[in-house]
Amino acid sequence: MGGTMPEGSSTGGRDRSAIVVGVLLFVVAGVLWLDAQRLGGAVAYGVGPTMMPKVVAIGLVVLGLLSIVSGLRTAGESIETVDWPVVFIIIGGFLALTAIIGLGGGFIPAMVVLFVATSSAFGRRSFLVDTALAFVLSVLIYLLFNKLLALSLPRGPLENLIG
Amino acid sequence: MDAFSSLLQGFLIALTPAKLMYAGIGVLLGTAIGVLPGIGPAVTVALLLPVTFKMDPSGSLIMFAGIYYGAMYGGSTTSILINTPGESASMATALQGGLMAKNGRAGPALATAAIGSFVAGMIATLGIAFFAPWMVKFAVQFGPEDYFALMVLAFVTVSATFGDSPLKGLISLFLGLALGLIGIDKLTGQSRLTFGLPELLDGVEVTTLAVGLFAIGEALFVASRHSGATGQILKLSGSLMMSKLDWKRSWPAWLRGTAFGFPIGALPAGGAEIPTFLSYSTEKRLSKYPEEWDRQGAIEGVAGPEAANNASVAGTLVPLLSLGLPTSATAAILLAGFQQFGLNPGPLLFAEKPDLVWALIASLFIANVMLVVLNLPLVGIWVKLLKIPTPWLYAGIMMFAAMGSIATKGSVAELLMLVSFGIMGFLMRLYDYPVAPMVVGLILGPMAESQLRRALQISLGDPMVLVQSPIAAVILAVALLALLAPYISGGLNKFKATED
Repeated sequence: MGGTMPEGSSTGGRDRSAIVVGVLLFVVAGVLWLDAQRLGGAVAYGVGPTMMPKVVAIGLVVLGLLSIVSGLRTAGESIETVDWPVVFIIIGGFLALTAIIGLGGGFIPAMVVLFVATSSAFGRRSFLVDTALAFVLSVLIYLLFNKLLALSLPRGPLENLIG
Repeated sequence: MDAFSSLLQGFLIALTPAKLMYAGIGVLLGTAIGVLPGIGPAVTVALLLPVTFKMDPSGSLIMFAGIYYGAMYGGSTTSILINTPGESASMATALQGGLMAKNGRAGPALATAAIGSFVAGMIATLGIAFFAPWMVKFAVQFGPEDYFALMVLAFVTVSATFGDSPLKGLISLFLGLALGLIGIDKLTGQSRLTFGLPELLDGVEVTTLAVGLFAIGEALFVASRHSGATGQILKLSGSLMMSKLDWKRSWPAWLRGTAFGFPIGALPAGGAEIPTFLSYSTEKRLSKYPEEWDRQGAIEGVAGPEAANNASVAGTLVPLLSLGLPTSATAAILLAGFQQFGLNPGPLLFAEKPDLVWALIASLFIANVMLVVLNLPLVGIWVKLLKIPTPWLYAGIMMFAAMGSIATKGSVAELLMLVSFGIMGFLMRLYDYPVAPMVVGLILGPMAESQLRRALQISLGDPMVLVQSPIAAVILAVALLALLAPYISGGLNKFKATED
């Protein structure tokens, strides 16, 4: 990664992301340790199920410290502008797919929603064309998986029609 | 020769029409997905794993071999024609290949990459056939502490050689190790880190993590950057034929590349990055046409690194098959593929299911031949795939990513996990954390834990057992050295400096 971005780093001489990561690692380590604490007891020769979580937790604390130290010492490379709305549209599309599957709406509508959401996040505005394309694709995939590969995909009203 | 007759036996199984068809479908699918920009071999295999779910083990593994090699071939096509390598190991190919393509020599660049991959693949697969059984003989003497040491070495090399800073690699690895702890502890049956959620009892699937981190993470990253135009696709001009001079310049580079790639891949030292850059700098030094390297693009600069890349990736199959030790993200997902059929690679697999192992090795040869025969003539079709508009491309990738999870599990919890890993992969890309060590940590972590506990149980809890075995002591020393080397010499950074 070349230093292409001369300035715009959040705070002078600090890499805030590395500090945040360090703190998050402490949190994960804490969760591991508490969970291991809960298990306790019933251990043969001191090598029970709690050892590995504790080892990993200690490792995470050490790495967290190192990350914070390096964050305080070096200036962070600034992150190029992130288009957050676009990211949220794709994640939203995926959550919609999850909801449709969870509520028994079936495979095909779920796939269409995800496809159209993603392609619109990438800047397309021809919703009709995209919906039609997504529909054809997901029907084909559905038939391929169900008939040829014997994998059962979630069925909704639409899938029951196809059989 | 024992290996030789076993290999012949393997060919007898793999050369039946049905198995050949599986290999062919695998090669075509692997190339088609692998050619998509930003999709490396690891994701390709992870995305296509569910397709093989309901087949018989040997057919599915054979298809796998095809997907694996096809994905690598597809990746090199992309890096030559759009000059945005999907992974760091094809970066070297992209440098000279892109220059050649710009100067109307895309055809020979693709040809030398394909034939170089073939040559390297053949030699490396032969290497697997003869080296893996030898390694198995060695491995049966290994105790649990030796296995544990090997895994520690794999952890270090995977996280210290990927990405820019060993610290970021280790953070990624340890988060993977933490994810690996989730679920029921195999030795005591207690559940760890499940927070009362039954969905977590089985642990985190490697494919879920890999597809989320790589495929969804990549889609989010590209979308957020507005780099919607994936770069310009260079015209496929010039015939695919290599001139006599091209051949003369290519073949020594292929062989040298293979010589770098296979040993480094076969040792649990991990990473195709180092051998490709070693090959690149060697070819540059030895080249009789130094003036071409800056402008026209030198064919040996494509031939060598591409062969090195392929040979090292094939080399990673040696520790995978003989020790059950994945040393790359792709190998980790292949291991998950084995495990879906309840197969555990390692010395035992060679003893219990020799037919399967040798059929797999034979199919690697077959897939390699098919690649050259099918893919060079079909290169026009692969180039058309590159022309799919970016929105549709990524929408399709998202569909594929969701589909795999829906087809195998289909639970809401699984889908939510998938999208969470996607967001994590996106953030890691944004802040330059390598994602591969996390995948390796997830699959190797539980294995390392059980070896460690077995070793400590035998020694009645005495931790000295870990260094009393000479094999383990040496391996751990090497691991420590590998971890500290970047700080001492900055050797790796020199390679990276040539890239900027």
